[in-house]
Amino acid sequence: MPPELLVVSNSPDRTRAVAAALAELCRPGDLLVLTGDLGAGKTAFCQGFGAALGVRSPITSPTFTLHHRYEGRLVMHHLDVYRIEQLDETVELGLEELFESGGVTLIEWGDTIRPALPAQYLELSLELGEGDDDRLIRIGSVGDSWADRMAALIEGLARRGVATC
Amino acid sequence: MSAVNATRTVLLGIETSCDETAASVVARRPDGSFEVVSSVVSSQIDLHARYGGVVPEVASRAHIERINPVVAEAMREAGLQLGEVDAVAATVGPGLVGSLLVGVSAAKALSLVWGVPFVGVNHLEAHLFAPLLEDPGVAFPLLVLLVSGGHTMLLGMDRPGGYRLLGRTVDDAAGEAFDKVARYLGLGYPGGPVIDRLALEGNPTAIAFPRSMLHDGLDFSFSGLKTSVVNHVRRHPDVAAADVAASFQEAVVDVLVHKARLAAAQLGAAGMSLAGGVAANTRLRARWLAAGEADGRRAHLPSLAYCTDNAAMVAAAGLWRLAEQGPSALDCGVDPNLSLTPAV
Repeated sequence: MPPELLVVSNSPDRTRAVAAALAELCRPGDLLVLTGDLGAGKTAFCQGFGAALGVRSPITSPTFTLHHRYEGRLVMHHLDVYRIEQLDETVELGLEELFESGGVTLIEWGDTIRPALPAQYLELSLELGEGDDDRLIRIGSVGDSWADRMAALIEGLARRGVATC
Repeated sequence: MSAVNATRTVLLGIETSCDETAASVVARRPDGSFEVVSSVVSSQIDLHARYGGVVPEVASRAHIERINPVVAEAMREAGLQLGEVDAVAATVGPGLVGSLLVGVSAAKALSLVWGVPFVGVNHLEAHLFAPLLEDPGVAFPLLVLLVSGGHTMLLGMDRPGGYRLLGRTVDDAAGEAFDKVARYLGLGYPGGPVIDRLALEGNPTAIAFPRSMLHDGLDFSFSGLKTSVVNHVRRHPDVAAADVAASFQEAVVDVLVHKARLAAAQLGAAGMSLAGGVAANTRLRARWLAAGEADGRRAHLPSLAYCTDNAAMVAAAGLWRLAEQGPSALDCGVDPNLSLTPAV
């Protein structure tokens, strides 16, 4: 069982704070896979993540063009595979080149292309909770690239007033 | 190769940035006005409907199959033999990279074979030419609301080709919100027309969805509205889909029209025009006319055929580019993330 953190968010701002805690620990080549239903906060997460990386321009939905690239402390690749239904279509995204390019890659709806993903990544699953703004965020490391960073992540979340369980 | 006509320039435009394969012949008269000689659009909507959206690989393959017949049909309808144009233009971005490549490669090949110039066109700039295709009397400065599946922006145009960005979405495009809400409600694809139709049977004031005004600047945000729809349906599983559709649509249109009126006032606009696929929305069109009347600005509503993706607008933008800046290099590439560079 890979290590998994549970975080409760009660607002889009709190979701952005969780993203910021992750962004400060990111290294070149990292991949974050985001899953969750429509309206679960994937966009808010990516906006908070980009802001914490120092991206200045607005982070807009990549659903239409599939891939947006932003300049921050690290280059941030923001992908959305919402519309991809067949694995062979991921070839067009050039995923391997992205992972090797030294930036950080975020893939929304990434669970739909799981077989095309590398062995190591961080998976964030956002679930709708009871109240309108309540979200349960599961943070799990696939492979061990994040294993040595989990303690620092818990500390970074605590610094932002986000409790983990 | 045809000699350049002394009185007008004739150009073949090609558009393949997303899910329409389109070709069109447009002439530019000496006074700068446009005449659409032919416009052919082959839509892939049926192909993509079962996927709930455009699928890139499916789109590229369909463009390859359709590009030659569509170009041939555009030339035939224009009464021209192959090669009887002064230039060829194609959309080079933004869009899906595989799709863009089909149109650009075809246009470059025709340019070489026919010995005429090639012009690369920005898809967003092309949308701004839609109001000029049918109405040579467009009044400037013109406020343009460009709303589609991939874009939501307010632009000020001082003259054809001279524009500045006044506001844009900070998250989802308006058309994307329509598509995602329609898919969430199980209504199918494309979301715009199905919500438009269903909304006619619903009550637009049934549900008070939020109007995200972002402190009354000129930027838009539609991500929160999408979440509100999801939350409402979760809490009220028996809600009438028609009421959700009508109330959602009203919230989007309220924000679009409100911001456009603010922008038009700031610009001192003489006219205001819609552009892009969402401009086909009947509620937006009605409210647009009313806003123009209320504010004393001429409201332009391009035909539906020129609001959704088409090649006539690409040809018009290509004619303008050719006249102002000359042809593009044949080694110019495509750019899926091409942005609109202000050119006032």
